[in-house]
Amino acid sequence: MTRELKRVSIVVFAMFLALLVSTTLIQFFQADNLASDARNARTIYASYDVERGPILVDGQPIAVSVPTDDEFKYQRSYPQGPLYSAVTGYYTLGQGSSQIEQAMNDYLSGTSDSQFLEYLDRLVTGKNPQGASVELTIDPVVQQAAYDALGSYQGAVVAIEPSTGRILAMVSKPDYDPNALAAHDSQQVLDTYDQLLAAQGDPLINKTINDLNPPGSTFKIITTSAALQNAGLPVDHTEPNLARLPLPGSDSTVANAGGGTCGGGDQVSIATAFVLSCNIPMAELGVEMGESSLGDMANAFGFGSELSIPMDVSTSQYPRGLDDAQLALSAFGQGSDVATPLQVAMLSAAVANGGTIMTPDLVDEIRAPDLSVLQSFEPEEFSTPLTDVTASELSKLMVEAVDNGAATNARIDGVSVAGKTGTAENGEDDPYTLWFTGFAPADNPRVAVAVVVEDGGGLGQSGTGNELAAPIAKRVLEAVLSK
Amino acid sequence: MSAAPTAPVSSSPAPTPGKGIRRIRVPQKLRNLELFLLLFVCATNAFAVVIVQFGALGYADLTVVTLGAGLAVLVFAMHIALRLVATNADPFILPIASLLNGIGIAVIYRIDIAEKLTGWESTALRQVVWTSVAVALAIVVIVVIRNHRVLQRYTYVAGLAAGVLLLLPMLPVLGQEINGARVWIHVGAFSFQPGEVAKIALAVFFAGYLVSRRDSLSMVGRRMLGLRFPRGRDLGPILVLWALSMAIIIFQRDLGTALLYFGLFVVMIYVATGRASWVVLGVGLFLAGGVIAGQVLVYVNDRFTNWLDAFNPDIYDAQGGSYQLVQGLFGLANGGLIGTGLGEGRPDITPLAQSDYIIASLGEELGLAGLFAIFGLYLLFISRGLRISFAGQDDFGRLLGVGLSFTLALQCFIVIGGVTRVIPLTGLTTPFLAAGGSSLVANWIIVALLLRLSDTVRNQPRLVI
Repeated sequence: MTRELKRVSIVVFAMFLALLVSTTLIQFFQADNLASDARNARTIYASYDVERGPILVDGQPIAVSVPTDDEFKYQRSYPQGPLYSAVTGYYTLGQGSSQIEQAMNDYLSGTSDSQFLEYLDRLVTGKNPQGASVELTIDPVVQQAAYDALGSYQGAVVAIEPSTGRILAMVSKPDYDPNALAAHDSQQVLDTYDQLLAAQGDPLINKTINDLNPPGSTFKIITTSAALQNAGLPVDHTEPNLARLPLPGSDSTVANAGGGTCGGGDQVSIATAFVLSCNIPMAELGVEMGESSLGDMANAFGFGSELSIPMDVSTSQYPRGLDDAQLALSAFGQGSDVATPLQVAMLSAAVANGGTIMTPDLVDEIRAPDLSVLQSFEPEEFSTPLTDVTASELSKLMVEAVDNGAATNARIDGVSVAGKTGTAENGEDDPYTLWFTGFAPADNPRVAVAVVVEDGGGLGQSGTGNELAAPIAKRVLEAVLSK
Repeated sequence: MSAAPTAPVSSSPAPTPGKGIRRIRVPQKLRNLELFLLLFVCATNAFAVVIVQFGALGYADLTVVTLGAGLAVLVFAMHIALRLVATNADPFILPIASLLNGIGIAVIYRIDIAEKLTGWESTALRQVVWTSVAVALAIVVIVVIRNHRVLQRYTYVAGLAAGVLLLLPMLPVLGQEINGARVWIHVGAFSFQPGEVAKIALAVFFAGYLVSRRDSLSMVGRRMLGLRFPRGRDLGPILVLWALSMAIIIFQRDLGTALLYFGLFVVMIYVATGRASWVVLGVGLFLAGGVIAGQVLVYVNDRFTNWLDAFNPDIYDAQGGSYQLVQGLFGLANGGLIGTGLGEGRPDITPLAQSDYIIASLGEELGLAGLFAIFGLYLLFISRGLRISFAGQDDFGRLLGVGLSFTLALQCFIVIGGVTRVIPLTGLTTPFLAAGGSSLVANWIIVALLLRLSDTVRNQPRLVI
């Protein structure tokens, strides 16, 4: 019987060995995999155990974690929810997060590499975990002005400081209240989320960085830059002044915005074409210079480049492999050209900053809970598409466009404003996309701005950038200048 | 068989051995060791409850600890009973059972806090009451059964009792179906799983039956493939047991219990006869039955699919799917090597975190380290039981010892293996830890029987003829 008992003992040990192996596999080797499974609610709960760091604007919280009595220790609260919804994004139970809440999650939740020592300290001392605070570059006055100025239009406003790249205002409409998504009732969150997802105008999308529209006439900044700098043409270089330009190899024609010629005379200069925002001379210039000249200049401004501010910015596109008809259209921002409002603001920022674009950024400073600085903003060059000379020539043209050209609604008394409008066509019967980009003061620029009004501003195909977008930009510029 | 150690005579305060009969061990030394271990265990259990309170509530509530103290009194009563009626009983069995039982209560209490259960709703309170009942019954068993051989007389009574207990849940009014399995009876406010107690009756029955029949079961038969297979007419018992297991699978929808009983029988017949062919036959029969059941019965098939493809979203979301299994794995993973600490995890997310899934709750809050410790406790407990079989002199006692120990080991393997995906998940309770009165009563009776057996083994007068 002893031999059999030995064998039974071995079987018992083997069974327990199997359990030791299986628990080791689960708790050690597969633990990370299991933790990252989307269905693992424990990972979500764990993130709510942390006092998530606040998001600050000018020292005031625009997103903050408030202690609660329920199973989650903290709830996210947005004191000025809709005003900053494009900036903070949302932080939900089960539906993920967006914008700064997502892009800076490692710091806000205290899990970034630079907070590792602190994490170890907490593990040993049992202190409540706390995330870092993120101070933004946003100026609350400019933000409020941009928010008010855009009113109930569907669109976006972004303002940057040309000399540093700091983003001063970032507004996207329709907005939403992120507080509604921060609730701890996951069904309620899901309902709100689905509602916002289906809502007219895509409120959950930050249109300043993730919405691509044809840039329309704002693209003429690039075409003109290419003509002056890449092709070495003077501003008084002329092109035939036509009322209709047949597109090469096509039945279609191109017209100027007014329908007639671009000013008087049978020849029109680059300067006049820019100031009056005429399409035909730009199309002619584009076809003469060729795709690579235009495309290289667009890329120098940031088209085709990836950018994080720290949210990922959708890449603006200047297409390649164009035939002459497409090339002609692309020269005045139609065809397949698409750009984000931030990219359009960078066009103005380059001109304003002597030809150099500073990398746009939203984050000013990251501070650990003990107030030590983990990371602070350093201005960085993004690219230098223009020489000093070209930049100053373009600046003059943009000032002239506001003073006496197609962008007159951006005029501010006593200040020299530089600007360029755009009225972009979408489909044949679709409403226009209305643009304005510019900067002020022209001689010592403090702010560059881009405004986009989508869906024609409710006016279908009858609104223009000057009519709708320029006045919005003007109020944003004024908000900076009056400081 | 006569390997029991002898104590040095010089240091022995034992009474002078009678003529030809002498005691092998110094009795009170064992009980003193047990007392020391019990004090340590009670302190650990109280400490566990306090840690749970700090972790989950943030403060200590001493009324709960007082409640636990009442339980400690009962355990010490059992200790005193042993001093009186089983002085030579194994000193490790009672402390290990108490420790596992106490940790179980702490974790059940922890889930109560998470689910905001208080008063008589509180599972922990009911567990405390059941533990009292169970320990009291264990005291009765150890006091009443002074010699385990008495049980051999009731071999067929035990067999009959097991049959009746198994049939009870099938009765119309008494029986109750919970979570698909019809293994409960309902009396007043209490539910009871008679199958838990049946396993003891079965172990007694098997031991008695096999001792008397083992010669015919082992001696004759035909040799095939190097194994001596039994005669056709000797296949009766194993076929009856197989039919019983299949009936449990089909009518009570309880895979785990069927596997437990059948495994118990196969191991006991193997130990009794020394014939590996019984194991081959038994495993073959059960596998065949399991495969057929998997084809025919939807719930068995579901168990297999859940096991093999747990992370498939369709199976995860299905009614009766792998949600619980996967959540249990998430809990274990959340615990990692050292666990979140008692009261700091989220074991309550997993369904049945207090009963079937208590091992996942423990793994989450005490980590891999804690689970290893618990496995160690089980192994130690089981090896003490097997020791009785190794050292025993009467075959009935040896068979009963291995049966009771093995049923505990197999039960641990079936339920923990199910939770950790070693085998398909079946509903069984984790001995001593899981919430459930019937399981506690059964396992504490096993404690009493093993203590009695160990006392007899150590107390065996070595007749010098």
